[in-house]
Amino acid sequence: MKLKLKIWRQENTAAAGGFVAYEVDDVQPELTILEALDKLNDELVEQGDSPVAFDSDCREGICGSCGITVDGRPHGPEANTPSCHQRLKSFADGQQVTLEPFRSAAYPVVRDLAVDRSALDRVVESGGFVSIDAGTAPDADSHEVSHQAAEVALDMAACIGCGACVAACPNGSANLYVGAKLLHLSVLPTTKYERGRRARDMVETMEEEFGPCSLYGECVEVCPAGIPLTAIAGVNREKLRAVLRGRDRDD
Amino acid sequence: MRPEFEAEVLASLRSTAGPTLDGKAPTEVAPELAWADRKLHYKLVSPLNRRKFKIIVVGTGLAGGGAAAALGELGYEVHSFTFHDAPRRAHSVAAQGGINAARGRKVDNDSLARFVKDTVKGGDYRARESDVWRLAEESVRVIDHMEAIGAPFAREYGGQLATRSFGGVQVSRTYYTRGQTGQQLQVASSQALLRQVKAGTVHLHTRSEMLDLIVIDGRAQGIVTRDLVTGKIEAHTAHAVVLTTGGYGNVYFRSTLAKNSNVTAAFRAHRRGALFASPSFIQFHPTALPIGNEWQSKTILMSESLRNDGRIWVPVAPADPRPANDIPEDERDYYLERRYPAFGNLTPRDVASRAARDEIESGHGVGPLKNSVYLDFRDAIARLGKPVIVERYGNLFEMYEHATGENPLEVPMRIAPGAHFAMGGLWSDYDAMSNIPGLFVGGEAGWAYHGANRLGANSLLSACVDGWFTLPYSIPNYLAGLLGTPALERDDPRVHAFAEEARTGVQALVDIGGTQGPDRFHRRLGDILYSHCGVSRSGEGLAEGIRLIQELRREFYADLRVQGSSGSFNQELERAGRIADYLDMAELMCLDALDRDESCGAHFRVEHQLADGEAARDDAHWAFVSAWERDGSRYVRHDEPLAFESVRPETRNYR
Repeated sequence: MKLKLKIWRQENTAAAGGFVAYEVDDVQPELTILEALDKLNDELVEQGDSPVAFDSDCREGICGSCGITVDGRPHGPEANTPSCHQRLKSFADGQQVTLEPFRSAAYPVVRDLAVDRSALDRVVESGGFVSIDAGTAPDADSHEVSHQAAEVALDMAACIGCGACVAACPNGSANLYVGAKLLHLSVLPTTKYERGRRARDMVETMEEEFGPCSLYGECVEVCPAGIPLTAIAGVNREKLRAVLRGRDRDD
Repeated sequence: MRPEFEAEVLASLRSTAGPTLDGKAPTEVAPELAWADRKLHYKLVSPLNRRKFKIIVVGTGLAGGGAAAALGELGYEVHSFTFHDAPRRAHSVAAQGGINAARGRKVDNDSLARFVKDTVKGGDYRARESDVWRLAEESVRVIDHMEAIGAPFAREYGGQLATRSFGGVQVSRTYYTRGQTGQQLQVASSQALLRQVKAGTVHLHTRSEMLDLIVIDGRAQGIVTRDLVTGKIEAHTAHAVVLTTGGYGNVYFRSTLAKNSNVTAAFRAHRRGALFASPSFIQFHPTALPIGNEWQSKTILMSESLRNDGRIWVPVAPADPRPANDIPEDERDYYLERRYPAFGNLTPRDVASRAARDEIESGHGVGPLKNSVYLDFRDAIARLGKPVIVERYGNLFEMYEHATGENPLEVPMRIAPGAHFAMGGLWSDYDAMSNIPGLFVGGEAGWAYHGANRLGANSLLSACVDGWFTLPYSIPNYLAGLLGTPALERDDPRVHAFAEEARTGVQALVDIGGTQGPDRFHRRLGDILYSHCGVSRSGEGLAEGIRLIQELRREFYADLRVQGSSGSFNQELERAGRIADYLDMAELMCLDALDRDESCGAHFRVEHQLADGEAARDDAHWAFVSAWERDGSRYVRHDEPLAFESVRPETRNYR
């Protein structure tokens, strides 16, 4: 099959960007959209043109590196699927497809389709960790975690950090991302003493870096890890809990 | 006697004059006591002196992230480098199945000693025994630590940690978090790293690629990096450098690895004098997705844990055109269960990969290109029900369905061997230090634990043990001898010279000004390696492979085209530098495989097999590790003899 591509080109963060039209021919429907870009780049280099920059790494949907906007939708047409698993079979032969970077005030464009998502890490850095040094952990079998609780923690911990939730949100909110992290860590028995402080610090950083949540729910449609909308409730729950119990007290 | 052509190729590249290497494991005590003994003899750095020492850690995977965080927790000044935009994206994130630990909690007769026995035997007696004992011993608290810092391990209904079994063992010692164990460990580890960033002990440098190792006065004293966004090349100095930069399986182009995983940091250290051990030991994962078409960029990995419940088979009739579900039971050949009744579908990876290759080559392959075998869950679903299978492997099934359009709950998966884990790596002694003082190695970038074949779920373990529980002990021992010695100044002229050389090297690639982009060379290199240094190797094929690689390298330096400038975000330039190293690495891999005239683990030489097709190891001549030194365009082999005291070498038999 063939595709008409309209791709955002931007030299660097400071430069102005714009769309450029390309065509990619003779591609199989089972190829991913990133593999189609590989093929296009191969042809661009052959012609002496500059290839399209985009981030991708594991191409197995787990590292969270990839992330482009396809026809206005973060990652692409197939719901809950990362860019590296979006396949050309979603498009009709000869269809025009628009490729852009993730669009959000929190994500400056680095070049073409690659963006800077370090704001996501700054939220984790502010408190999304467990303060236990190497070698000081208790025997993991000395405390029980119910099967069900472990499963809930895993549902929330599945986030791959791609940041599509922010790009999909009309407000540029990171509530799904932060709520998932807070709920994941709140289940763990080893972190109970810093639960309140974590909620306070992470929410504060989140509010500085990202927009507010208005419960549109677009984030849930694009999340490759299937983080449920209930994660958003985690932000308010953990924040409120911290307030009610006092800033640093969790006992 | 080697045929003339092979001998000629060997002689043109290799000399074996290197002195015997000393692995420096304690010899006065039994291997199981070596780690306790060595820890007792390590020199210490007192808490107040720790902040005077600078340590560079390259890579933020489980080994690097762990080492940087642990050393930061202890109070050292750590500089952590990653070419990713965030530490969490390191390739450890992609490991699926689990992490082993020799906790022996069940009554299935597992123990520390059995873990060592399985690992040493699984590696076909080409690992360093004392290192494996350390791996086993520290595995116990790795689980405790990773659980404590945020990895929600699967739990039994009584609330205790759950385990499952993996290839090459008959006990259940693998701890897991669904099919995303690597992700959970990696996220927990990155969070611990970011905690130290916040505390100010770790300085994190993202989107920074290491281009060279600074060796001055015979010690590793820093690195040269390129900022991948601005293109700026600069030097960083420290008292010690740790390379935890992962494996080099991507040299095959289509592998199970992330696209950006590469050998450059390790190979640049090798160019500066670090020995490269066992480069030809590459694991082919038996449960990768088959290649479907020309532009497919990699081979997706399906966790080995699937073999717990999936049964592997091919049709009895060659080229059987029927869909899998139409083939009756008595016309299916469950060849692993037939050939290896004791281990069946859980035979180690090298055995399973070779068996699959045999079936495919004898015409029993399935799928449109006849290049795969079936992994079938029909019986497990009938026995346990769909919900149980979905809970165990749900995300893997979804990933498979995305890639192939087929639902494994309804039709069997198709799998094939794919290039995967590098057991070879920079040579290091028992203290995880390379032959260059001050250069330490951890995780897949190193060589010692897995021998010639890694057992499933030992890779996450080795990375965690190195990062959290080996390097934090061994590095201070080295630093203690440097107390009172400041790190080199960054504007020292000798440091400048290293940065300048790296700059010249990068510009030289841009200046070739040819017609072909770097990926084209990489694809061709991968094809050469798959056919000449793949699941099985022959002397003739390897010698021919070396000639082809040398030709391709000549073409690369004559006709490479790097679009764009060196002073900006330029992914073509990143690739070009890595492929320059892959070309030399591929030559070294083939040389090592040609030189090692025996079969062991993943290194299967067709000249050395038993009558039943199993690998014929040759302990009389090859019970050593080859560690290669680079001398211009030639290689010098150093040998470290391997002795096994606690696990007596025997023929590997999984029947």
